Amino acid sequence: MEATGFSILTAIIAIPIIAGVVILFLDGKNRDLVRGVGITAASAVLALSLAVFFGYDNYVKASGGLVDQQMAMLATGGQLSGAQMFADALAFEQRVVWVESLGIAYHVGVDGVSAPMVLLTGMVAVAGVLISWHITDRLREFMAFFMFLVAGVFGVFIAVDLFMLFFFYELAIFPMYLLIAGWGWVKLREYAAMKLTLYILVGSVFALVGAVAMYFTAGNYFSGPGVEVFQAAVASGILPADSGAYSWNIVQLTLAAENGAYAVDILGIEGLSFAKFWFPFMFMGFGVLAGVFPFHNWSPDGHVAAPTAVSMIHAGVLMKVGAFAALRAGMQLLPEGADVHLPWMIFLTLINVVYGALIAFRQRDFKYVIGFSSVSHMGLVSMGWATMNLTGMTGAGIQMFSHGAMTALFFGVVGMVYDRAHTRDIPSLGGFMTVMPWVGIAFVIGGLTSMGMPGLSGFIAEFPIFQGMWAASEQITLQLGVFELSNYYSVLVVIAALGIVITAAYVLRVAGQVFFGEFDADRFHDVGNIEMTDRIILIILGAPLIILGLYPPIMAPMIESGIRPLIALLGGG
Amino acid sequence: MEFDLWAQLPSVLPEIGVTALAVVVLFADCYGSQATRRNVVYISALAMALLALVPLIWLPDPALYENGALLWGGMVNYDPLAQIFKVMLLLGGAVTCVLAAGDRGVGDKGEFYLIVIIATLGGMMMSSASDLILVFVALETLSIPLYMLASFRRGDARSAESGMKYFLYGAFASAIMLFGFSLLYGFTGATNLAAIADSLNSLGDGLLVVMAALVMVVLGFGFKIGAVPFHFWTPDVYEGAPTPVTAFVSVSSKAASFALLLRFMTAVFPADLVIAGVAIHDFWINLLVVISILSMTLGNIVALRQTNIKRLLAYSSIAQAGYTLIGVAALQGAEPGLAVASVSFYMFMYIFTNLLVFGGAILFIDKTDSEEISDLAGLNRRSPWLALFLTIGLLSLGGIPPTAGFFGKFFLFQAAVNANLVGLALIAVTNAIIALYYYLVVIKVMYVDVGPDDDVAIGIPRVYGWSLGITALVVILLGTIAVTPIYDWAILGAAGL
Repeated sequence: MEATGFSILTAIIAIPIIAGVVILFLDGKNRDLVRGVGITAASAVLALSLAVFFGYDNYVKASGGLVDQQMAMLATGGQLSGAQMFADALAFEQRVVWVESLGIAYHVGVDGVSAPMVLLTGMVAVAGVLISWHITDRLREFMAFFMFLVAGVFGVFIAVDLFMLFFFYELAIFPMYLLIAGWGWVKLREYAAMKLTLYILVGSVFALVGAVAMYFTAGNYFSGPGVEVFQAAVASGILPADSGAYSWNIVQLTLAAENGAYAVDILGIEGLSFAKFWFPFMFMGFGVLAGVFPFHNWSPDGHVAAPTAVSMIHAGVLMKVGAFAALRAGMQLLPEGADVHLPWMIFLTLINVVYGALIAFRQRDFKYVIGFSSVSHMGLVSMGWATMNLTGMTGAGIQMFSHGAMTALFFGVVGMVYDRAHTRDIPSLGGFMTVMPWVGIAFVIGGLTSMGMPGLSGFIAEFPIFQGMWAASEQITLQLGVFELSNYYSVLVVIAALGIVITAAYVLRVAGQVFFGEFDADRFHDVGNIEMTDRIILIILGAPLIILGLYPPIMAPMIESGIRPLIALLGGG
Repeated sequence: MEFDLWAQLPSVLPEIGVTALAVVVLFADCYGSQATRRNVVYISALAMALLALVPLIWLPDPALYENGALLWGGMVNYDPLAQIFKVMLLLGGAVTCVLAAGDRGVGDKGEFYLIVIIATLGGMMMSSASDLILVFVALETLSIPLYMLASFRRGDARSAESGMKYFLYGAFASAIMLFGFSLLYGFTGATNLAAIADSLNSLGDGLLVVMAALVMVVLGFGFKIGAVPFHFWTPDVYEGAPTPVTAFVSVSSKAASFALLLRFMTAVFPADLVIAGVAIHDFWINLLVVISILSMTLGNIVALRQTNIKRLLAYSSIAQAGYTLIGVAALQGAEPGLAVASVSFYMFMYIFTNLLVFGGAILFIDKTDSEEISDLAGLNRRSPWLALFLTIGLLSLGGIPPTAGFFGKFFLFQAAVNANLVGLALIAVTNAIIALYYYLVVIKVMYVDVGPDDDVAIGIPRVYGWSLGITALVVILLGTIAVTPIYDWAILGAAGL
């Protein structure tokens, strides 16, 4: 779609920022007003993100829409242009030049991968405000920072300008630091907040240096050997008419990747191309936030220390920000690097899946179980990216949404139990199904989703990932010096499936010990059922798991349409 | 060549204005009534802010500066680089005056403003000087007032010690730098920077002496900007000097020195200068890279252990000097314009950022008589605005959007990558993370920790609050909508070199 005037996406970023600033100037003692502004803003954002999701869905599926266009393109059998396909896939675009001399523009838009993420963020934003309803300590500051965090997260998902992506990414981190350090679990919060912030920033700044290098390499290409490619792209409308050779526009950087601008040797070493050198920085730099082993260490501590609302947005959305940015700024811009590095990085993601699940199994603290399960499930997302084929990557895209809603639901459940029972020690809990049936049912739904039960969204996410692994197995070879490893994805997929078995084990253990069994009425005499706000949270986060599980076409074709440009870039069919 | 006064006058108009202001302030303070004396601060601040408009009104002529034409008998450059640094120095001086206003024993003495004005004059001359003589005169016009300022609180032993240390180190560094200048003059017979370069080019011999002169000059600059290993004075002087003075020393002297460093290095030791087969350019670039790495790393690591807010800021300023040197080292790249612009932009935003942080610290120290970071605990509840201003300043020092520091660092790293200094850029980003740790700790203390005086509110005087607020707003604007105009102006600044 063409970049038109004002985009609904701008409103999605602006509303939380404005609400946050307004809240900062409210009277802190008037908590109802603060909550009112917070929930109004969050609901408005959710409504807009629903509009974006279904608007984009319509664009994808309408007759002559994106899917039809892509199918027609595939049917011609000619050379596919990933940059062209990516540019076509963007909708709700808006572009305002920011720093002209550097080619930085405020440029937003969604494609098939980011549209579901926008919806997810909207859902978690509402859930996060509702679960924080009873915070009394400095509620004003909490709510304002939460709003800034939401705005930053939205910004990353909708950025079409690589510079803006970094801008919003860093913008999201600071409020998160304050939220965890200020309102988190007293025992751990300062340590965990600092650890998390430093881990994530280290990753992102290394990626930033890579991005700057990419900007210059692409610019040199477009102003030198690739000047004709550039002029043709401007003429055909893929690039805006006022673009310069040096630009942060992701479409333009993708075009450079496609035309081999990043294949130049660097550091004077033959065979060490730009893409090969920088891919680990770009992919792992953001992979830190997605919890990729061995950089996952911040995540369980961070999730446990954070207040419930922040755990929800953190595990539910922010880890997806990492996986999403690794896809967008890593794989999409440096596909040659992906071809070289992902075949070995898949081992790291396998460790995520199995090792995360094993540790989760051993935890006594309810919140740590969920924290490590996130490490395990996010491993599946990265594993899906590493298949580099349509099936596997689409599965990973669905997993991002499915896991986001599921984990946010889990953390909501943990928060509700902890707020009333004042302990998260699993063995001392029990029988909560009788007093909190809503919460118990929600946990069971989430648990079944995480095990990959058919009929729930986890199945339609995990199954394609494993299927993609099988399909990729024959195509991918890992070169280790003289040794060649081939057809090993099929082995890895079997091991990864073990992770799912372990998941089932710990989910059943937690469900059995916390929600079933004996209820200690003396100790938990003041535990009652939950309130309306809590029920809304459980519905907002739980219903999509079922809807998506029963009716995958609501999201799968959209994500497929977003993955196809990547497949074209990665050199597949 | 005929001397056309009217054509040449605009190039030094701001300096003339500042000199006139100094005279006005001197007389107002000596002979004015009680009320006039009290208003000296506003006269000084307002006049400097207005004078900052002068370089924007009389813009230099591109036809002249692009050909390297000099004014006033080859003494003065009249180009956008000089203009941008003059504007920032004037604004920095104006903000300093307001921040000092309430400070007991400093701001209530009229001569403080006089000295600040004269130091600003020196800085402005430095940013446009193109002749060794004027360079040295300007340098001393800036330095000597700063020595006086550092020992301004005469009754306080720490202040006196700080002034003495600053003076001894400073005099030593000036002497060595002057020796370097004299070597350059002795070998070339010229004092004009461009003429020195021409003579050096045809020298063909005397590599050792030129190297020695280069090292001596770099040493002098290294002292002025507080880079490692010439940084030893920084923590003691910063800690001992009255806080408004520390604020002023940390910004004005640094900005003016960077302006001169850019000009001096590109003019005297240009890229094509080869003596006895050795490319001098490579030598000083490498020298600066080393100094830059040492400064950031040492500054940041030592800052981690500080408990005194002024010492913390002192070490942070050493690290900041290291970052800025990246921009100077990036002059070796294919597009030196990016490097010059990155340094100019960084200094522009650094002046406001550092004054904001120091402004917050001045108020806090004044109200609580404590310089310990731990005593900042609960500042958010004692004075939400003060905590917010300090947070904005610290975030900008740390390079977090939407503050100006994010763009400042980004431009520096970009210039480094463009100049093939990727390794330097990676070291710098690692350092930026280390730095962020201690900035975040301060913010955490203000917002999260609970202090003993949690419910004792800290009031902000009205004028003071407004000036801090405006400075904070500038820091935010420089990180959002004002990036483009300032950066484009900074890019233009490279054209005159």
